[in-house]
Amino acid sequence: MGLVLQHVTKQFGSFTAVDDVTLSISEQGMFGFLGANGAGKTTTFRMILGLLEPTKGEITWKGERITYKHSHLIGYLPEERGLYPKLKVKEQLIYLGRLRGLHKEEIVKEMRYWLERFKIPQYENQKVEQLSKGNQQKIQFIAAVLHHPQLLILDEPFSGLDPVNVEMLKEAVIDLQRKGTTIVFSSHRMEHVEQLCEHICIMHKGKPIVHGSIKELKRSFGKKNVIIHGELPFETLTDIPGVLKVEKMVEGVRLQVADESVSQRILAHIYAKGFIRTFSLEEPSLNDIFIEKVGATYEQ
Amino acid sequence: MNNKFWIVFLHTYVTKLKSKSFFISTIITAFIVFGISQLDRIIEAFSDGGEKTIGVIDETNGWYESLQAQLQSNKEIKLVRHNKSEEQAKKLVQTEQWYAYIVLHIQHGKPKVTYYAKNIADSDVTHEIEQALQHVKIAMMAKQIGLTYDQINALYAPIAMEKVALEEHAKTEEQLNQARAIVYVLLFAMYMFVLMYGSMIMMEVATEKSSRIMEILISSISPIQQLFGKILGIALLSLTQFVIIFSVGYASMKNSDMLRQLLGMNELPLSLMIYGIVFFLLGYLLYAMLFAVLGSIVSRVEEVQQMAGPVTMLVVAAFIMAMFGLNAPESSFITAMSFVPFFAPMIMFLRIGMLHVPTWEIAFSIVLLVGTIAFLFVFGSKIYRGGVLMYNQASSWKDLKRAWQLTKK
Repeated sequence: MGLVLQHVTKQFGSFTAVDDVTLSISEQGMFGFLGANGAGKTTTFRMILGLLEPTKGEITWKGERITYKHSHLIGYLPEERGLYPKLKVKEQLIYLGRLRGLHKEEIVKEMRYWLERFKIPQYENQKVEQLSKGNQQKIQFIAAVLHHPQLLILDEPFSGLDPVNVEMLKEAVIDLQRKGTTIVFSSHRMEHVEQLCEHICIMHKGKPIVHGSIKELKRSFGKKNVIIHGELPFETLTDIPGVLKVEKMVEGVRLQVADESVSQRILAHIYAKGFIRTFSLEEPSLNDIFIEKVGATYEQ
Repeated sequence: MNNKFWIVFLHTYVTKLKSKSFFISTIITAFIVFGISQLDRIIEAFSDGGEKTIGVIDETNGWYESLQAQLQSNKEIKLVRHNKSEEQAKKLVQTEQWYAYIVLHIQHGKPKVTYYAKNIADSDVTHEIEQALQHVKIAMMAKQIGLTYDQINALYAPIAMEKVALEEHAKTEEQLNQARAIVYVLLFAMYMFVLMYGSMIMMEVATEKSSRIMEILISSISPIQQLFGKILGIALLSLTQFVIIFSVGYASMKNSDMLRQLLGMNELPLSLMIYGIVFFLLGYLLYAMLFAVLGSIVSRVEEVQQMAGPVTMLVVAAFIMAMFGLNAPESSFITAMSFVPFFAPMIMFLRIGMLHVPTWEIAFSIVLLVGTIAFLFVFGSKIYRGGVLMYNQASSWKDLKRAWQLTKK
């Protein structure tokens, strides 16, 4: 078994930051944490890494508690980005890599590979403070993966990056997973989680609201979306039983329906009432599930 | 695991050693030390060397001649009798032909002197003249009363007092003067280094924290090892600088009579030097821990100074006490303070330098000091562990408690 959290709770004084989280994340999987600010994602990660002691419960990686003995097996990209501003990229990575148990030669080799891959080989001997924010983030990502960790924890890895760099980083993450790395990451962007993960956990106020495989979650969610584009009298759609929500869009509407069969009633209702350009039945998005479960609009 | 400690230790040392600020501060301090050791020569080189002409308007009878005779051996002052008006004398001073002029006259049977110069900041000249006049006055008065020269000499002959300490190990007068000078220099060095390197550690920790690299660091190395590696790395750096500056000082002092006499460099007591280094290191460790812990609860580098204040005050207080103690090393206040861990590095060292302190007292003071360091280390590293994960808008002393809670279960 990979990473196992059993009844993990963390209290700061009277405040409960993480409340009874039980999860198991299989080896070589990609697991996503979703949640608003203050949902307890970072605290959970810090407990996994051993930076904080859980108040209750236990966390194990391959059956063992994680201590500093395991630090060469674990990679971490914290939410709060930071590097030594005055050090050169190379010096920085050598220092951080050696702390993860690597030798200088291996670090330089790995570093060159990653700098090349991220198309920034020219920054090897530049001070970090001279790099753009996006490039600093790439350097930090390199620092987290230099030592081929078995378990990689990425706290908001894509925040603050432009779309090109997001793609570049996503590919790297997928690549690492294919090579056998277990990846746990958090994001506030639903689409990233939806694209990358098989399994997710939605946290809200310290509690895991839902967790499981995305496919499973969507199927058990039951509700579906119906998208209609065209020139039609959309106002009357709310009267159809089973239609839960109507959302106006530029080209038409997006309806949330209680189950698949409702879509057929809608189709019958609008048939021959106007020109229909698109009619489609879709799986619910993670966002729909999130809103439903958390009961509030997700802060983007 | 120990391997990581060495990585942090060497990284801290080498990065700081290569830094511009270390280079510049070492050069400047070495230069200042060199300058001080050569102070007598420098003053000599800068003095104009020429004689200072001083006009004398003598309204008495015979004082001028006596004063002239008194100042004959003085090469800096040349007296000129002035028989014309005071207005003219004033002009001569203002046009800088004369350095100054004095008016001598008798008032109610007593001599009265007025000194006129462009400014009266240079106390050397007036002091010389005053002394010479004092001698003249005594001679004049003695003559009036009818004392012989021998009688005057007998009156003014200084008492020969020799101080002999009866305690077996007590230091002789000469040794004491030497010890005082050495202790003073080492105390000052301790003060400077503790403040300089203590705040360097605090800055270092605060910078790592505010640049948010701390979280990466402590996910690969335990905060305690990281903290210790850093503190010892900077300790080695401070010793490096100390050795450089001390060597420069020693080398340049070899050629300087003034300081060699003062410090008695010929026979520098080795044991005192060893105690100096021991107390220096212990004092450094104690304050480095305090500074590091404070650095860990600061969220932004700008807040460092504010938080450092109270600890800096402790160091300053220790130094002020030590300065007082140099003149009264036996006072019970100093004896008591030499056991207080925050002051012991300076005060106990001072007592060792100035007195014969029983070994058990030294040992007791060192044990207390080491105990406090160990205590601070255990508690400090817990606060440090929590502190580095904490980010607040404004830092305060309450954060110490919050950081402590963060490391609990």
